[in-house]
Amino acid sequence: MSNRFSIRHAAVLGLLALLGLAFWTLLAGYVPDTELNRTAAYYAENTARETGAQNIVTAIIVTYRGLDTLGEVTVLFLTAAIVALVLGQSKAPRGGTGSGFLPSGELLATGTRMLLPIILLFGAYVAVNGHLTPGGGFQGGAILASGMLLLLLADPARRFSHRIIARVESVSGLAYVAIGVLGVALAGGFLDNRILPLGQFGALLSAGAIPLIYALVGLKVGAEFSSMLESLEETEDS
Amino acid sequence: MHLVAMAAGFALILLGLYGALTHRNILRMIVGFTLANTGVHVVLVSVGYMPGRAAPILDGAVPVGEAAARIIDPVPQALVLTAIVIGLGITALMLAYAYRLFRARGSLDIADYTELKW
Repeated sequence: MSNRFSIRHAAVLGLLALLGLAFWTLLAGYVPDTELNRTAAYYAENTARETGAQNIVTAIIVTYRGLDTLGEVTVLFLTAAIVALVLGQSKAPRGGTGSGFLPSGELLATGTRMLLPIILLFGAYVAVNGHLTPGGGFQGGAILASGMLLLLLADPARRFSHRIIARVESVSGLAYVAIGVLGVALAGGFLDNRILPLGQFGALLSAGAIPLIYALVGLKVGAEFSSMLESLEETEDS
Repeated sequence: MHLVAMAAGFALILLGLYGALTHRNILRMIVGFTLANTGVHVVLVSVGYMPGRAAPILDGAVPVGEAAARIIDPVPQALVLTAIVIGLGITALMLAYAYRLFRARGSLDIADYTELKW
């Protein structure tokens, strides 16, 4: 047994050594660019004029490559659906989980009540400021879901309404696609952000539809993460 | 100096793959894959870095007119944002399947799952 074990170990180490050699040649021959390539230079020069967004990464994700982001959100939706499907088969009966825990103390309950609004506010702030500062809908949605995680950790017997989460998710997803179609009708193409005025560069309500789209993405991502957390929470063993 | 982040990313990839290939506990294998995933993100972001330039945000530090000469490449950062989200989805799926496996067999040791062994 120990012999087989060492053979396996040696094989793994040999493979990783080869991979490491490949990485080393990449690293040794790497010279950072001294100027932006054509794609990046286009984004650098035209983002402010075309989209009105300060954050170029956001402009790429929401407007220039908006269709890819729609696909990304779809992948996340599929993941949440599959997690619910896989874990739904071992779902505990109603009221069956979390009841074995001691009630959480006064300190934890009060602390959660105090912190939760601040966390949700911060999540909303990060989501709608995506076009001005680092951040955006995905990060904001993750922060919103971390508020839900705090609730679940502080009171394991707590249940959210699946219906509300599903509604939030489907309404924000549909509104996202509707904004994209409006872009075809009113502006230059699918998910074009110029269906709304670009506004003053650097203001909160600027960059056309980007803050709106990122708020919707934040809601959708937050709802998806929350439903994943909930699926994990509602299994029999928790 | 700019190669430090890239070397760290490559090291993370190798470390994560080593962990995923040698550990027998499924949860540890998932941790290994997550480490390798993080390494890929670090390498990708470091490819877009250019010495002496600012982040691709057009605020007071970077005037709009000089943006092309002052910012780093924003495309890898946008790619990595996507990759992080997809990586999170994959991790959630792996954990859900690990839970199902545990429910089915009462074990998280990969050696107990012999159906696919040859």
